[in-house]
Amino acid sequence: MSAFLATVRRDLLLALRRKSEVLTAVFFFVIVTSLFPLGIGPEPVLLKKIAPGILWVAALLATLLGLPRLFAADHGDGTLEQMALSPSPLGMLVAGKILAHWLLCGLPLVLLAPVLGLQFDLDPSALGILTLALLLGTPLLSLIGAIGAALTLGVRGGGVLLALLVLPLYIPALIFGAGAVEAHIAGLGAGGHLSLLAAMLALAVFFAPWATTAALRIALE
Amino acid sequence: MRQSIVHWFKFASPQSFYPLAGRMIPWFWAAAAIFGVAGLWISFFVAPTDAQQGEGYRIIFVHVPASWMSMFIYLVMAFWAGLGLALNTRVSGMMAQALAPTGALMAALSLLTGALWGKPMWGAWWVWDARLTSELILFFLYLGFMALQAAIDDPRRADKAGAILALVGVVNIPIIYFSVKWWNTLHQGSTINLNKAPSMAQTMLWGMLLMALAFWMYSIAVALMRVRAIILERERHTEWVKHAVE
Repeated sequence: MSAFLATVRRDLLLALRRKSEVLTAVFFFVIVTSLFPLGIGPEPVLLKKIAPGILWVAALLATLLGLPRLFAADHGDGTLEQMALSPSPLGMLVAGKILAHWLLCGLPLVLLAPVLGLQFDLDPSALGILTLALLLGTPLLSLIGAIGAALTLGVRGGGVLLALLVLPLYIPALIFGAGAVEAHIAGLGAGGHLSLLAAMLALAVFFAPWATTAALRIALE
Repeated sequence: MRQSIVHWFKFASPQSFYPLAGRMIPWFWAAAAIFGVAGLWISFFVAPTDAQQGEGYRIIFVHVPASWMSMFIYLVMAFWAGLGLALNTRVSGMMAQALAPTGALMAALSLLTGALWGKPMWGAWWVWDARLTSELILFFLYLGFMALQAAIDDPRRADKAGAILALVGVVNIPIIYFSVKWWNTLHQGSTINLNKAPSMAQTMLWGMLLMALAFWMYSIAVALMRVRAIILERERHTEWVKHAVE
């Protein structure tokens, strides 16, 4: 457990020494969501209807943007090999790296989403559901994305390939995340969607670090 | 028991699997041809014209088998990939690699015939129906698998990485399928209900089953041919390949 916390602390420290990388993904999120009204037109009714989908798709893409960095630097300077050789289980260290990635790439999106939702004229209660759905959904994105990041480590054309591998697997999170807000607006209640999102998160917390570790060991062979 | 294990593992070696595959291929081609001819004969000449859809419905005899095979091949591919990962057998990874293009072809064929069927029947090339959407996602999963294997130069690493991806995909396929299904029912009062299949005439069912068997045999034959090519390519440095090619 101390190894887990040490990994989280180390990755956060490293990222905060180079803030621009973290901020790039955040500003990407802001810019992409602002592009949609410009492309579609300023009609409030239409924008309000498509807001959950836009925010979620933008969150998927922003998470994707940060994924190649998850293991690349550590792989490049050999830290990852040392981690694989260390006495504490690699799965634990990988889980720590994923948590750090979420804190850096996922949590800012969750905190920004209500502000961006205001631009789309969402009600306060809908904003709350949106934030809650993103709070459950973005860790899921980081966990699934880590498998893809580990599989494409050091591979030709890794970034584009990563998108091709990971985006189809993100579809359930997108459906239930955006669906929760839409169901709430439609008066159906978001409980079911949020529960399913939480169930998928629980499943991913258990399996994804394991699969990521297996993929990393293959990459390190 | 011990004897049988030894016997099966014998074919996990490319050298002994290569001639075995060569001997099996003609049989599967023959079976594919026989089932195909019988299936096409039933589907074009025996099966009656549909009361509502006319002759156009006959595309079902290609569409449904292709959809079935696209899903089934993914499972088989994941099975071989998992076996290769667990037992570290080389031919398993090659089988998974050989199956992927056929699976992608079936998914593409299913989407294409679906569009060709949908246009005259529903008046639209594409609707965001749960089945269409999940078939499209399955096609993406095949593409991802093939792209990952193509991007990694070391074949052993490509096999293992592909195996993990295939297994993650298999866990996700039911989740994706049901999420798309619920998404669909939430979003739109479905104008076209695919589930309400009209009671099918017995001959139509036979035609479809025979065509499915033909597709199945074809897939096995093609996958075995491809795996033979992969074996030759990967084992080109060995003595037995030099003799086999001569």
